[in-house]
Amino acid sequence: MRRIISILMENEPGALSRVIGLFSQRGYNIETLTVAPTEDQTLSRLTLTTIGDDRTIERITKHLNKLIEVVKLVDLTEGAHIERELMLIKVKATGAQRAEVKRSVDIFRGQIVDVTSTVYTVQLAGASDKLDAFIGAIGETQVLEVVRSGVSGIARGEKVLSI
Amino acid sequence: MEKLSGAEMIVRALQDEGVEYLFGYPGGAVLHIYDAIFQQDKVHHILVRHEQAATHAADGYARATGKPGVVLVTSGPGATNAVTGIATAYMDSIPMVVISGQVRSDWIGDDAFQETDMVGISRPIVKHSFMVRDQSEIPEMMRKAFHIATTGRPGPVLIDIPKDKTAPNVKVPYEYPKKVKMRSYTPVTRGHAGQIRKAVEELLKARRPVIYAGGGVISGEASDLLTTLARKLGYPVTNTLMGLGCYPATDKQFVGMLGMHGTYEANMVMHNSDLILAVGARFDDRATNDTSKYCPGATIVHIDVDPATISKNVRADVPIVGPVQQVLEDMITMLDEHGGQPDQKALARWWEEINGWREVHGLRYEVNKDGPMKPQQVVQALYKATKGDAYVTSDVGQHQMFAAQYYHFDKPRRWINSGGLGTMGFGLPAAMGVQLAFPDAMVACVTGEGSIQMNIQELSTCLQYNLPVKIVNINNQALGMVRQWQDMQYGGRHSHSYMDSLPDFVRLAESYGHVGIRVDHIEDLDAAMEKAFSLKDRLVFLDVYVDPSEHVYPMHIADGAMRDMWLSKTERT
Ligand SMILES: Cc1cc2nc3c(=O)[nH]c(=O)nc-3n(C[C@H](O)[C@H](O)[C@H](O)COP(=O)(O)OP(=O)(O)OC[C@H]3O[C@@H](n4cnc5c(N)ncnc54)[C@H](O)[C@@H]3O)c2cc1C
Ligand SMILES: Cc1ncc(C[n+]2csc(CCOP(=O)(O)OP(=O)(O)O)c2C)c(N)n1
Ligand SMILES: [Mg+2]
Repeated sequence: MRRIISILMENEPGALSRVIGLFSQRGYNIETLTVAPTEDQTLSRLTLTTIGDDRTIERITKHLNKLIEVVKLVDLTEGAHIERELMLIKVKATGAQRAEVKRSVDIFRGQIVDVTSTVYTVQLAGASDKLDAFIGAIGETQVLEVVRSGVSGIARGEKVLSI
Repeated sequence: MEKLSGAEMIVRALQDEGVEYLFGYPGGAVLHIYDAIFQQDKVHHILVRHEQAATHAADGYARATGKPGVVLVTSGPGATNAVTGIATAYMDSIPMVVISGQVRSDWIGDDAFQETDMVGISRPIVKHSFMVRDQSEIPEMMRKAFHIATTGRPGPVLIDIPKDKTAPNVKVPYEYPKKVKMRSYTPVTRGHAGQIRKAVEELLKARRPVIYAGGGVISGEASDLLTTLARKLGYPVTNTLMGLGCYPATDKQFVGMLGMHGTYEANMVMHNSDLILAVGARFDDRATNDTSKYCPGATIVHIDVDPATISKNVRADVPIVGPVQQVLEDMITMLDEHGGQPDQKALARWWEEINGWREVHGLRYEVNKDGPMKPQQVVQALYKATKGDAYVTSDVGQHQMFAAQYYHFDKPRRWINSGGLGTMGFGLPAAMGVQLAFPDAMVACVTGEGSIQMNIQELSTCLQYNLPVKIVNINNQALGMVRQWQDMQYGGRHSHSYMDSLPDFVRLAESYGHVGIRVDHIEDLDAAMEKAFSLKDRLVFLDVYVDPSEHVYPMHIADGAMRDMWLSKTERT
């Protein structure tokens, strides 16, 4: 099962390499990874998605918790949560294609953020499967370049991950 | 406030931590630190002959005393030579602080002379690591390093320090922090009372119980509590290789070591139990055999300070995360308050069954009157000569297993070996650390002619510091453990497990300034042992030639259950 694990950790050099090292060392996979400082500059928020059964996820979270720099973590997929990923995508936009692409962008509530005579650059945010669906709708042959941010997530309601 | 250079702060912090011995080897990147060491006399530096030995010596010191072992190595090759020893300590959860020199900070990343990314190389084998970025960080970093290394599940911590951060001309204020506060590191200090209560109920309900105790009981200083609990209940106790000594081996409730080379009775007790109380043990694959066939009828109560250990290999029915000492204390109190007793009839029947297994004599070997000596006899002679009261370090191989099986440890911290990593070359340097910690104690290193050659150069260190270790080289002229596997699984094809061109160990020991004694006949064994231990201030190298074809039994049958064992070359369960 796909899980979104959100981690608060010390914003220190080397901390990220320990998280990534743990995954390669113990043979777990990382699908996506995003990391940036929080409003408190001493802390970073790291969100990663991984795939595994309950047992694997239990092990991953236990081992992550053992890392000295990890302050707190939560498996967002255990509760209601909001998941977003940002995508910047360049697509061919010539002739009849231009209007077609524009329509898809509107349907998916994306924005065209840059234009040339042959190319649209589109910005789209949403859950990862929505981004996948957009690429599907455009058709892979039309796609020139894709940049995805990886998943960010936050719990719904009053639950917060903070210290 | 007093101002010190980075190098002086390192040494002062060691003093403030009460460090007696620092095991190390100098080189360019740490010369400022060595200069600071020279100018004080509180921390005694022990100059080894190879950095790997520095880590093992510090490790041996730590295992024997419970205090952290401390190591100092230079950058590059000095640091990489220490890697095996750090990994050895990591696998066995031994508290250690390693200080490694690094090239000047403005050269890091430039492939400078003797630069290696030690923080990177050591990442998977340390509990934590630090890189000094500014001198002013040193006191707090040192305090944190010792704190992390010694609390929770102990382990090695590395501090990598660039040379410019130790420069003698840059002095900054020094104050050693009394306490550390780390919001991201808070080891569990209490086991959950509700879980402990549940465990007590399970303990009292059990009809075929067993206590399976490991290295955590030793590192958690809980041997007495474990013994109290076991005696109160009257349940059989088995130990892992790492747990030996945490329960007195000569006690009647002790059924021996369990696992791959455990006793027949210990493995049978485990397999047939209905309750396993696992205390500070981690269900290692050498201890469990195939986990899908593991102890089918047993409810498992697991006490461990590291939550990641619980249900890692074998699912725990009653997990208790906490330090053994506190958990056992509470368990005993709750047991007293509860007032209940185990079912005495069931327990008597259980013991009857256990005694039946004991009669099988899993630990037995054949002696040919005129044939070569048996390795087991050598360990038994050592036990006799030392009255069971020595510190015994060991290397890795058959000799290690024979030592574990035939030297009956009644006290914790007496049996010092590399279990998790299985590092050949551990024994002699570890013995140095033990002998330094206890100068008047009998310290024996049970080794093999393969292992001893991996750190033989330390004979020189032993001379320099006058360490009268007794080396018992069980010389089977073979990498015996490898050879045994080749006999059993590779049709007896002894691919590169034969030790050709052995040195004359007696003359080798003598050339290092020690005493060497060769023993070829069983009649001479006891006298040689006596002589070795009578030479109180000399290192004695006993080179004992034994039967090269001997195997270690019992031995788990691969992919089987706990009860599936070879008992000799021809008998199996
Ligand atoms: C050639 C060879 C053969 C071997 N054969 C065997 C064999 O037959 N049988 C066998 O048992 N082993 C054998 N081993 C050793 C084996 O590989 C493991 O090292 C060993 O089984 C682990 O012992 P342990 O479970 O006691 O754990 P340790 O490695 O000693 O770990 C201690 C556990 O206790 C926990 N702990 C530490 N401190 C505390 C505390 N204060 N409170 C609570 N918990 C704490 C830790 O988190 C850890 O989980 C062999 C090794 C070699 C090299
Ligand atoms: C550094 C290292 N290399 C290889 C091994 C694999 N190994 C395990 S036991 C053994 C043989 C040890 O031979 P010896 O020290 O003579 O002991 P014996 O088994 O003969 O008693 C080997 C090679 C190891 N454990 N450690
Ligand atoms: Mg040998």
